[in-house]
Amino acid sequence: MSDNAPFVRIADVVKRFGDAPPALDHISGEILGGRITGLVGPDGAGKTTLIRLMTGLMVPGEGKVEVLGFDTVTSAADIQAAIGYMPQRFGLYEDLSVQENLNLYADLRGLPLGERTATFDELLEFTDLKRFTTRLAGKLSGGMKQKLGLACALLRKPRLLLLDEPGVGVDPISRRDLWKMVENLTKEGIGVVWSTAYLDEAEACDSVLLLNEGKLLFTGSPIELTERVADRVFKVSGITQGRRQALARYLDDENVVDGVIQGEAIRLVMKPQTMPGGPDDGSVTPKMATTTPRFEDAFIDMLGGGPGGRSKLAETQTPFAVENAKPVIEAHGLTKRFGDFTAADTITFDIPRGQIFGLLGPNGAGKSTTFKMLCGLLKPTAGEGRVAGFDLRRDAAEARNRLGYMAQKFSLYGDLSVAQNLSFFAGVYGLSGTRKRDRIQLMTEIFGFARLLDMSAKDLPLGLKQRLALACAVLHEPEALFLDEPTSGVDPITRREFWTHINGLVEKGVTVLVTTHFMDEAEYCDRISLIYRGRSIALGSPDELKAQVASDKLPDPTMEDAFIALVEGSEAKEAA
Amino acid sequence: MSAQSSSLENRASRARRFAALVRKESYQIVRDPSSILIAFVLPLILLFLFGYGVSLDTTQTRIGLVIEEEAPLTRDLAAGFQASRYFTVAVGRDRREFEEDLVLGRVRGIVVIPKSFMADYAAGRHPALQVLVDGSDPNTANFVQNYAQATVANWERQRLNDGGGRPPAISAEQRFWFNPELTSRNFLVPGSIAIVMTLVGTLLTSLVVAREWERGTMEAMMATPVSAAELLAGKLLPYFILGLTSMTLCVLLAVFLFGVPFRGSVAALYALSATFLMPALGQGLLISAATKNQFLASQLALISAFLPAFLLSGFLFEINSMPTVIQWITFIVPARYLIPSLQTVFLAGDIWPMFGKAIAAMLLIGSVFFALAARSTRKRIG
Repeated sequence: MSDNAPFVRIADVVKRFGDAPPALDHISGEILGGRITGLVGPDGAGKTTLIRLMTGLMVPGEGKVEVLGFDTVTSAADIQAAIGYMPQRFGLYEDLSVQENLNLYADLRGLPLGERTATFDELLEFTDLKRFTTRLAGKLSGGMKQKLGLACALLRKPRLLLLDEPGVGVDPISRRDLWKMVENLTKEGIGVVWSTAYLDEAEACDSVLLLNEGKLLFTGSPIELTERVADRVFKVSGITQGRRQALARYLDDENVVDGVIQGEAIRLVMKPQTMPGGPDDGSVTPKMATTTPRFEDAFIDMLGGGPGGRSKLAETQTPFAVENAKPVIEAHGLTKRFGDFTAADTITFDIPRGQIFGLLGPNGAGKSTTFKMLCGLLKPTAGEGRVAGFDLRRDAAEARNRLGYMAQKFSLYGDLSVAQNLSFFAGVYGLSGTRKRDRIQLMTEIFGFARLLDMSAKDLPLGLKQRLALACAVLHEPEALFLDEPTSGVDPITRREFWTHINGLVEKGVTVLVTTHFMDEAEYCDRISLIYRGRSIALGSPDELKAQVASDKLPDPTMEDAFIALVEGSEAKEAA
Repeated sequence: MSAQSSSLENRASRARRFAALVRKESYQIVRDPSSILIAFVLPLILLFLFGYGVSLDTTQTRIGLVIEEEAPLTRDLAAGFQASRYFTVAVGRDRREFEEDLVLGRVRGIVVIPKSFMADYAAGRHPALQVLVDGSDPNTANFVQNYAQATVANWERQRLNDGGGRPPAISAEQRFWFNPELTSRNFLVPGSIAIVMTLVGTLLTSLVVAREWERGTMEAMMATPVSAAELLAGKLLPYFILGLTSMTLCVLLAVFLFGVPFRGSVAALYALSATFLMPALGQGLLISAATKNQFLASQLALISAFLPAFLLSGFLFEINSMPTVIQWITFIVPARYLIPSLQTVFLAGDIWPMFGKAIAAMLLIGSVFFALAARSTRKRIG
């Protein structure tokens, strides 16, 4: 094998599981040494399957995969001796300590005894885990687990490192640290495959394979992809009122490919040779400027553009009077302790009617705990929560009737059909008779369930599951909508459609509380609270938070920059 | 590097991988409360249950005693029944008085001292009793019948000793060897050891393999140079040792706490138990090859290993009284071979011809399970 031969050659690979559409459909590509190759796509795109094919743990149905010159079907053992692989959830033994995990993998990978002390030292230094060698892996934070998983994969310096969604559920600081570590490895000539559903991660890769529903959409450098939409991405700022309405109008413009809210501004992707018009909202002169295209802009453009700006769901929603100044959702000093662990520490905020409020933070920070206290699923240790004026301790049932809840991950009954799920949730929310029939009929029309009514919910594709979950949560026209990680892992088109509905509902006076760890999704919110280690370390509008951390070095910080700076600031304050 | 030294190095690294896997598994067993629960706490509960709670002994069984002809002799025999600690007796003159009670289950049997009794006894013939029992509960029916006979035999002996009678004509006399009191604990406790080893060997093994799949550690293991055989062996050895440890604990409790006699040799005990773990572990592996989900694995293990060990092994129910088809099925239940052998080790002593056959049968079943498991275990996902 010559020096610049590709580390991995994927030739026309097809992989099927049962009767479902192929998980990988005629994929070809190459992975080179000394660089990070992103395997990019939403959940169900085929990323994990492709990585498993590269490890030799799975064999292709058709086509051929060659890793480091070895065929994955006939020479899996040779491949496994030369690669490092970190599966999702990191492959650690939670009952074993950090050192015991390292010892185990050192033995399994045949790291010579003489090299151990030096290698362990180097890796523990590299991952900053030296202080925790005796701690059980199960007791580590998400970020530390991720680093330990990486250390285990690196024990016998591999030529090719395969990382399956290493960034999921990890706080942005750890994510950034990990990225830097991996970048350093590529300087030594190691080839790295980094699979991800986050498009901002994709953008940072040296090259990407972009997958969607088992098909390869693009292969090459991310810049090549974003260049396709160069000069077509605009930021419209200075909209004085109703940016959600303005966005809806823009999205209905046939020249607009995609549009999202970005803090106070609107970001638009236009068709070639077109310019966005004014927002028609009577605001004086909106400023309009081209801006750096992002991976996501190009991805949506490639998928043929996002959905329009109209939400039939919102159009049929009975409006809630906005003039009532009382907040719809209130959290006052909400605290939850589990034993001596404080999961949420005096969380306080109000959400006025018709606003979107976001809880932003990494997994395990306390978002879901706060969230569950506010929908009456978890009893606070201290503090109080109110929904639509009802105290969650005394009138939990009243409060719950006024809220719609969309749980993290798929929380419908997988073995019930679409129609049965709708009917069940309508019943749970106390709908009956004609109203029940009408609402279900309406949801079926809006979300296009007509042909799917008899299908088991578990057999729906992810995007449709998401739609069904939303439909079930809004059947009873709730005043307040609770969304827990609603768009985690779904493709960007479904995500757009989802937010079009939410934006529309909010315009009708529905109040939304959303948790997310997507930094860019936080920009859709009117206000956000940054939750870190159980505490709210910052609260304000996305632009306010970004302005707080802006500096000469970083005049236009992203939400992620803001998050990292604010966390570091709060840690420094604590240390002082 | 010469070929020889490279093969030596290969062997060394294989040994190190195996040792690492065994060490990992041992740490997990010690630290995971659920393995301790299944291997040590559950056996204790089972043993206490069978040692104290469950008893198959019949004492104070209610019967109706019909004396068709009142005479000193029959009254004397009736007194023998009334004094027996096995029976609670209601006395009548006609069997019809008790027929309804028998149907309703108020008495377990009717013992009739017929009119002919006096004549038979006087003629030196073996006097016959009539025993009516409820055949829907064969176990109790048997007991009533046997104990009724025994009571008569006792009575006859008594009369002989008292000099009041003559030696009776030859009559069959029952003696229960090895467990003369017929204490059910003495054969239930050895039997429950087989149940405990089934739990450790099959249930625990299939659970821990499924857990590795669920947590994604199996995938990480497989992507290292470790071979499928090493992975399996590294799983089996610790659970083999755990099974024997758990068995040892049970035996110590049985002998020292419950006073179950131990008449055989320790060697026989371990030879039988170790062999039994072969099919048990093999079945656990087979289950974990079939499912990668802990819930399903536990269901499969309970239905395919635990229940048969309980019901089809002769532990609670006599195999000979099962329908023929079910009797055939019992031949593939490994516990069927272990339980009688263990009962023999405890209550009778070493009977190697019997043990030899049992060991051969268990090895055969074990190798079938292992062959099947090995065939379906490759370093492949999906």
